[in-house]
Amino acid sequence: MPQFKQFPLPDTAEGLTEAEILTWHVKPGDTVTVNQIIVEIETAKAAVELPCPWAGVVTELLAEPGQTVEVGVPIITIDTDPGGSAAPAPAAAAPAAAAPEANGASSGKIGEEMPGGRIATLVGYGPKSGAAKRRARKDAPAAAKVTAPAAPAAPVAPPAPVVAAPVAPPAPAAAPGGYVPLAKPPVRKLAKDLGVDLRALTGSGPDGVITREDVESAVAAPAPAVQSTVDNGSRERRVPIKGVRKATAQAMVDSAFTAPHVTEFLTVDVTPMMELRARLKNAPEFRGVKLTPLAFCAKAVILAARRTPDVNATWDAAANEIVYKDYVHLGIAAATPRGLVVPKVRDADRMSLKELAVALDELATVAREGKTSPADMMNGTITITNVGVFGVDTGTPILNPGESAILALGAIRDMPWVVDGEIKIRKICQLALSFDHRVVDGQQGSQFLADVGALLAEPGIAMTY
Amino acid sequence: MSSPEQWTHPEPDAAPAATGAKPTAEQVIAGLRATDEGGADLVQLLTPEGERVQHPDFDIDITAEELRGLYRDMVLIRRVDREANALQRKGQLGIWVPLLGQEAAQIGAGRAMRPTDMAFPSYREHGIAWTRGINPTELLGIFRGTDQGTWDPVEKRFHPYTIVIGNQVLNAAGYAMGQKFDGKVGDDEGEATMCFFGDGATSQGDVHEGFVWAAVYDAPLVFFCQNNQWAISEPTERQSRLPLYQRARGYGFPGIRVDGNDVLATLAVTKWALDECRHGNGPILIEAFTYRMDAHTTSDDPTRYRLSDELEMWKLKDPIERVKVYLVRQQWADQEFFAGVEAEADELGEELREFCTNMPDPPAERIFSNVYAEGNPNLDAQRDEFLDYVSGFAGGEH
Repeated sequence: MPQFKQFPLPDTAEGLTEAEILTWHVKPGDTVTVNQIIVEIETAKAAVELPCPWAGVVTELLAEPGQTVEVGVPIITIDTDPGGSAAPAPAAAAPAAAAPEANGASSGKIGEEMPGGRIATLVGYGPKSGAAKRRARKDAPAAAKVTAPAAPAAPVAPPAPVVAAPVAPPAPAAAPGGYVPLAKPPVRKLAKDLGVDLRALTGSGPDGVITREDVESAVAAPAPAVQSTVDNGSRERRVPIKGVRKATAQAMVDSAFTAPHVTEFLTVDVTPMMELRARLKNAPEFRGVKLTPLAFCAKAVILAARRTPDVNATWDAAANEIVYKDYVHLGIAAATPRGLVVPKVRDADRMSLKELAVALDELATVAREGKTSPADMMNGTITITNVGVFGVDTGTPILNPGESAILALGAIRDMPWVVDGEIKIRKICQLALSFDHRVVDGQQGSQFLADVGALLAEPGIAMTY
Repeated sequence: MSSPEQWTHPEPDAAPAATGAKPTAEQVIAGLRATDEGGADLVQLLTPEGERVQHPDFDIDITAEELRGLYRDMVLIRRVDREANALQRKGQLGIWVPLLGQEAAQIGAGRAMRPTDMAFPSYREHGIAWTRGINPTELLGIFRGTDQGTWDPVEKRFHPYTIVIGNQVLNAAGYAMGQKFDGKVGDDEGEATMCFFGDGATSQGDVHEGFVWAAVYDAPLVFFCQNNQWAISEPTERQSRLPLYQRARGYGFPGIRVDGNDVLATLAVTKWALDECRHGNGPILIEAFTYRMDAHTTSDDPTRYRLSDELEMWKLKDPIERVKVYLVRQQWADQEFFAGVEAEADELGEELREFCTNMPDPPAERIFSNVYAEGNPNLDAQRDEFLDYVSGFAGGEH
């Protein structure tokens, strides 16, 4: 007889409540062995590989990559005795039956569900009765009968949703921020076991405390119609603020509310720069180098910063000093799968154009692979954000905390432009510079932006620096 | 660094320690070597390539059978470690503290101890526990959060795991001072104590205090510091300017750096240190120079703070491979032996899985049962109250 077992998502660190499925290493029909790595997940703390608890054949994957799953919710079904004849798949109503916490270890006591759906977790996980969070599907009610693959090899359509249907009592929509009903822990446990929502009860005990009798009589009475008329939020998605997102938010708020920002704009005809780029690309010494407009922009920023050191300085409020730097650690804002990171090119002012181009390429590769180390993101002096790669013309960038200027490089487009009194089609680009007005005045900021623009409009100007 | 005189008296003509603001090129190179390879003072008897080398002060005669035993110990404890790590990933343990890479340091030190010696572990000493005759299944409850360790520390001569960093150094210093006061030190029948901690713990006040007390009371205590290079995410250079073993000089006792990935050298140095202690010449600091190949704990992600090329470099220094190579080259072991150990490891892994998935929760009164050696009326009253409360849940104990 096939023996179906379901593997609930474990808490791989201390006190995590959920994780995101990154990659499945197995698919339905695959034979798996004990400790074989079956899936990679990402928690708030780390990307982690999970080993398989049993040998057998994968019957079904219960969560898709990209999906966030609560700890304790089954993510895979494995037939541990695939030799047997076909038998009904496990009833979805008992998802936690085969779960390790069957012996009671670290079950609901700590994981008591609070109003608002928050789970109080310290270590270990509390069992969940619902299935993985996913968007509601039109055919959700029908899914309650669970697609039962006749044979393990039967191709299961990837999106086949097996919502382990909420056969549990009709839990009313969690009311975030609602009051906590008064009841002793044993009574809470009883209510939980019986599926009674304490918030629907009125306590008959002293000071309105809900008693065991209240819970029992509530079970006897017909369930009140809790027909949900309001949209309970199934079309919304709540993602905890954590990791890079949280760090970014903090940095941006800090910056926006400490440094008085000024943003200036400049539209530049960069045709000569693009022509120079085309020529250099064919030059032997630039063979194999990814020479991007960003590299030219970086070079221009470094050269211009030499004439206007204010943009490369730091406002040190604690010391009541402005720190001018004789070096440039150039930050490049990069969009990565993990979020926005700003790795630095160290001592960029000592680099040639070619060295810059190589460094920028490496930086981007490392960042995109999510391998930028925290040390690589520290101690920048000025930043470029290349919004042009998204096809955007310009923006008003927010300073990286601790820096005094950030330049947004917009998309380079073919645009009509007046050259010698005639309209010509030229390569046009917008630059936006935000600076910290505590350190940089309008005169210096404008000078710097004009210098960068001039260098991009006529790279030969660099000869005069 | 080979005689006690040298350890306790700084070399008169030696160049200033490499802590000055402007080190010489030689000092820089020596410093780099000390960081990567352990430096010139590293005691090694078996190179990473499995070559047996001699050392003027610390050497050891080892039989084929003994070395096969050490190999088996290391393979089995590595399997225990990997299996427990997997059990955590399956949700069976709340946390696990991997020892991967530190097998030689622990087996070498553990096998140097006599049954009469006492040991004080931190929380990563699964290999030491193994050598003290503790079944690995007894470690699992600690990491599942259901008990505090079930062995009898007096019988096994192995203190319960200490989670607080460095705290056990004080316990061990006190215990070793007791051995001294009880007259159990002085000849070859003497007792000694070993205390285990990591590089990060050396920055704790408790460790400093333990060093001071043990030193001034000549306690028979071997401080065994496993320098695995990382205190969670902090590298050793955030703990000390000096190599850690040189700290002993300041306290007035010998400090030795041994290749912690070399089971023979660790065994030889630890045996010597324990013998010194039981004869009344303690304490002694051993710095076992090793590497934590896995995360600090299962809650940690080392890729966020260390580079993979460092890991690749230490893979080449694997403690088990070098013994295997040496056994084969000496024709001290054949394929049958290695296969046998592998099979034994598989069995042990299976046993651990079975035990862990079927582990019963201890009864509620267990919280109270081993607090005092003899009863205590206050505690008994608390216990009764608690048991009464627990029985208020439907179905009794939950």
